[in-house]
Amino acid sequence: MKILVPCKRVPNPELKLKLGDGAVELADTTWQVNPFDEYAVEAALRLTEKSKGGERSGEVVVVSIGPKDVATQLRQLLAMGADRAILIAGEDAALDADRVARTLKALVGSEKPDLVLMGKQAVDGDDNQVGQLLAGYLGWPQATFLSSIVLAADGKSATVWREVDSGTEERRVRLPVVATVDLRIIGKKAVRNLALAGPDAEWEDTQRLASLKGIMAAKKKELKEITAESLGAAAGLLVKTLRHDSPPTRKAGIQVASVEELVAKLHTEAKVL
Amino acid sequence: MAATLVLLETTATNLRSASLPAVTAARELAKHHGGPVVGVVIGAGVGAAAADAARFVDKVLCFDDAALAATLAETWAPRLATAVKDSGAAALVASATSVGKDVLPRAAALLGAGMASDVVAVLGGKTFRRPTYAGNAITEVEVTTAVVVCTARQTEFAPAAPAASPGTVETKAAGAVDALGSDLVALHATVSARPDLAEAKVVVSGGRGMKDAANFKLLEELADLLGGAIGASRAACDAGMAPNDLQVGQTGKVVAPELYIAVAISGAIQHLAGMKSSKVIVAINKDPEAPIFQVADYGLVATWEAALPALIAELKKVRAA
Repeated sequence: MKILVPCKRVPNPELKLKLGDGAVELADTTWQVNPFDEYAVEAALRLTEKSKGGERSGEVVVVSIGPKDVATQLRQLLAMGADRAILIAGEDAALDADRVARTLKALVGSEKPDLVLMGKQAVDGDDNQVGQLLAGYLGWPQATFLSSIVLAADGKSATVWREVDSGTEERRVRLPVVATVDLRIIGKKAVRNLALAGPDAEWEDTQRLASLKGIMAAKKKELKEITAESLGAAAGLLVKTLRHDSPPTRKAGIQVASVEELVAKLHTEAKVL
Repeated sequence: MAATLVLLETTATNLRSASLPAVTAARELAKHHGGPVVGVVIGAGVGAAAADAARFVDKVLCFDDAALAATLAETWAPRLATAVKDSGAAALVASATSVGKDVLPRAAALLGAGMASDVVAVLGGKTFRRPTYAGNAITEVEVTTAVVVCTARQTEFAPAAPAASPGTVETKAAGAVDALGSDLVALHATVSARPDLAEAKVVVSGGRGMKDAANFKLLEELADLLGGAIGASRAACDAGMAPNDLQVGQTGKVVAPELYIAVAISGAIQHLAGMKSSKVIVAINKDPEAPIFQVADYGLVATWEAALPALIAELKKVRAA
């Protein structure tokens, strides 16, 4: 089982976003792996494991498109346990969801994974497009917004549970497939490969941290830097970002002293009762 | 005078109200493109639903085939691409529901079209405003391709009203349908007698501070008293206090009710992204420093244990008066 996990670096979502002159100011931010992509790496590692941190079979390849600094985030993912990393040179301003998906399509052509597993969206652009676009370009099936994935023992199909508006949808999909993950994919029993893990296998309710041993091992793992051009991916943006502005702010509200006052205000002032 | 196409989701017999905001967004786009607004209905045995949907648009293209019964991007996206190409449409729109988010990008890929996700305003035929960075920025984007694809945030476009005269329904041949091996096994729907979270006029949400799923009973009593829906923070969903499809936030549901009552929710950025367009926000939290108070119109510093029973009693009193 070879799993390709595309990962994006994003500015720390906990920091207050600075905006000025129609642009987002990122000079002072700290960068991290998009949380959903980190969950996808965790899920990919579980799909190659017999049990938590146990015997492994298969390969997890992480890939990111971005500036040279993204090597820092890729090393972290190697320290988590990914086997190999690929950094495709690219500047954020020269990328849109389409360009990313086309570049990944070219990489899939050369890497030939059984499964592409990635976050359902990046928490900066909030596009929620790349997985679906990639599946469309490849002509592969797609399995989006997964809260659970169980790989069949023969490695040819998977049963997936998708988070949809009205609840959870259960599907069977054929491999190779592009799958995108939601938050719950890191649940204790959310992910398993029936060729490896028994029904009792259980993981932590969170993504794993890099161990000291993992960090040392990561230094020796392959991190290949390539260009999109070398993959034959075309340039050009289908969606141009024109400007960023601050959202309208809400007027400051008031503190009420009691439930009685609250109900009175809602009744006579806000008129919502 | 190219048409604007809009994906209309249906039940077996009716248009889903979740698609009505997309019709409004399509009408706004059509002002720039000059052509009609044409709905696309896909499914099996959806003739009646297509007729119902036609009340809201100028025309409906209906792909009705047994092989299209399950809502699969693999089979639906090619039909949408066909509809766009055959009609020479300039734009394809859908509401940003879990179906719209799943299917529209794949249709965009098949069309080689640029797509704007989750738009909150139509600025021109190809330019949109959309929230990014968990709603902490509003970004203006321009699609550069001949065909424009977008999903519309449901809370930011009013539900369309029926047109003066209903549109016609044209049945389109489905052609060869290939699901690429994908198969719907079951939809495990959350059954609730309460209104749909995304469309409710009142939403009562609970957070991690509710401590236990059993304590959501009080929130349910309050919601039922107000005819509202139940929501939850990510922390509450993660802790198993509420089902995942009730999560309000950047990556959950986006809601904008008349009244949003946040109980024991601290107000993480990603939660605020899902509810700060609500008309009136009430926050009840024991921590006076909780960030939720910064977006609340009315804040009450109190524990839910004390506030909820009192609030329910007081509301009953006001109702009775």
